Amino acid sequence: MLETILKVESLNKQFGNFTAVEDLSFSVRGGEIVGLLGANGAGKTTTIHMLLGLTKPTAGAVTIFGENLEESRVSILQRVNFASSYVHLPYNLRVVENLKVFAKIYGVAKPGEKIDELLEMFEIAHLKFKTSGMLSSGEQTRLNLCKALLNDPALLVLDEPTASLDPDLADKVRKILKRVKEEKGMTVLTTSHNMLDVVELCDRIIFMHLGAIVAEGSSEEIMTRFGTDSLEDVFIRIARTKEKVIA
Amino acid sequence: MCWNRIYALIMKYVYICSRNTFRAMDIFFWPIMDLLMWGFVTMYMLKVSNTVPGLITFLIGAVIMWNVFYRAQQVVCISFLEDLWSRNLLNIFTAPVQVREFVTAAYILGLMQASIVLVIMSLVAVVFYGFNILDLGIYAGMLLANLMLMGWALGLVATALIVRWGPQAEVLAWAVPFLVQPVSAVFYPISVLPQPLQVVASMVPAAHVFEGMRALMTGNEAIVWGHIGSAFLLNLLYLAGAGLLFRFLFEQAREKGLLAKYCS
Repeated sequence: MLETILKVESLNKQFGNFTAVEDLSFSVRGGEIVGLLGANGAGKTTTIHMLLGLTKPTAGAVTIFGENLEESRVSILQRVNFASSYVHLPYNLRVVENLKVFAKIYGVAKPGEKIDELLEMFEIAHLKFKTSGMLSSGEQTRLNLCKALLNDPALLVLDEPTASLDPDLADKVRKILKRVKEEKGMTVLTTSHNMLDVVELCDRIIFMHLGAIVAEGSSEEIMTRFGTDSLEDVFIRIARTKEKVIA
Repeated sequence: MCWNRIYALIMKYVYICSRNTFRAMDIFFWPIMDLLMWGFVTMYMLKVSNTVPGLITFLIGAVIMWNVFYRAQQVVCISFLEDLWSRNLLNIFTAPVQVREFVTAAYILGLMQASIVLVIMSLVAVVFYGFNILDLGIYAGMLLANLMLMGWALGLVATALIVRWGPQAEVLAWAVPFLVQPVSAVFYPISVLPQPLQVVASMVPAAHVFEGMRALMTGNEAIVWGHIGSAFLLNLLYLAGAGLLFRFLFEQAREKGLLAKYCS
C-alpha cells in the first residue's frame, strides 16, 4: 500500500503567546510505521492530539483517508484508534467490561471473539475478569493496546506505547505490533522516548524540536546525517540545541 | 446519531455504578435519608402546630420531586466526571463518539436514575407517611417531566463549566441545584419571596412545578396547566441555551487543548 493515509499541512498551534507547533507538514503512507520523536515539549503530543481531533489547530489542515478531519471526524475516527500509557480505562470496570464498551462504541462485529483474541495476543487472557484498576501498569498498558486494536484500525496512533513495560514485554509488544501491521496492513504513528522501539519498529522517523520538524528519514539516514551510530545521540543533540534549525 | 454508541456509554456508567457502593448510595441511600428526615420534621411540626392544612403532603411531595430534579441533574455531570476521574476522557473523545451522543447518553442516564429514585421514594412515602404521589394523577407525570427537563438543562450547564474549567469546577455537579433552590419555591410559595426574587422565581421552571403541585394539592386545578405550560416553555428555552453553551465551551476546551490536559 502506498497511498497517503495521513496528510498534515502547515499545522500550527498557539496557546496564547506560546507556539506549541509551527508550520508542521508531513504525510504517512499506508502500511508505514512512523515514529514522532522529540524531547519533552517538542510538540509531539500536541500534534497527536490535533490529529485525533482533541485539540483544534490554530491553522493548517489534517487529512486522514482523504477526508478533512474537522469535517468528517466521526467517519475518520471509526477507522482510527489510539493508545497511550498515560490514558486509562475506567478502573472499577472489569477488563472484559471495558473492552465490551469500546467494542460497542466501534461497532465490532463479533466482540466476544475479538476480545478473547486480543487478550490472548497480549498474554492477559487470565485477567479477563479482573478489575482494571487492580492491574499493574504493564498490564494496563497491554489492556490499552487491546482497546486500540479492537476495531482493526487502518491508522493506529500510539503515545509512548511501551513506556511502562519491562524490556521483555516491550519486545513482545513491538513484535505484536509488527505482526498486526503485516497481517492487517495497518498504518502506525507513534511517539516514543525508547530508541530501541524506534529502531526496531519504525520505517521512518520524524524528529520534532520546538514545535517544528528538524529531521526526517529512516533511522539509518538520520544517524548518517548526524554522523553517529546511535539514535540516542541524535536525540540528545537535538534536545540540547537552542535553535529551531539543526545544522 | 448512533444508538449503539449511546447504548455503550450507558452500559459503561451502569457498570461503574454497579461496582461502586458510593455511587449506588446516590440512588438508594441519600434520597431515602432525605425523605425520612423531612418526613419526621413534618410530623413534629404537625404535633406542635397543625395550622397548615395538608402540610405533610406539601413537604413530602416537594422532597420527592426535588430529588427527581437533583438526581437527573447530578448524573448528567457525574457521567462526565467519571471519565475525567478515571482518565478515560481521551479514549472516549478519540473514539467516533459525537458530542450529542455523549449528551444523549447522559440524559438517558439522568432519566433512568431519577426514575429509580422516584419509585423508591414513592414507596417509602406510602409506607411511612401514607403519601401516594399517584394521587396527583396525570398532572404528576407532567410536573415530574418538567423537573427532569430542568435537571437535564442545569446538568448540561454544569458539565459545560466543568469541561471549560476542569476538575476545579467539579463541585458544581453537586452545588448547582442548591444555587437555584431558594428561587425554586420548593418548600414555600413564590409569594413569600421578596419582590425582586419573585421575578427571578417566575423564570425558574421548578418554581412553576412546585407552585403547580401545591395548587393541585389544594384542589386549585384550574391554574395547574398554566404552571405546566410556563415550566415547559422555559425548559425548552433553557435546554436550547444549555446546548449552545455546552457546544461553545466544548469548542473552547478543544482550542485550548484542555480535554487532553485534564487527562495527562
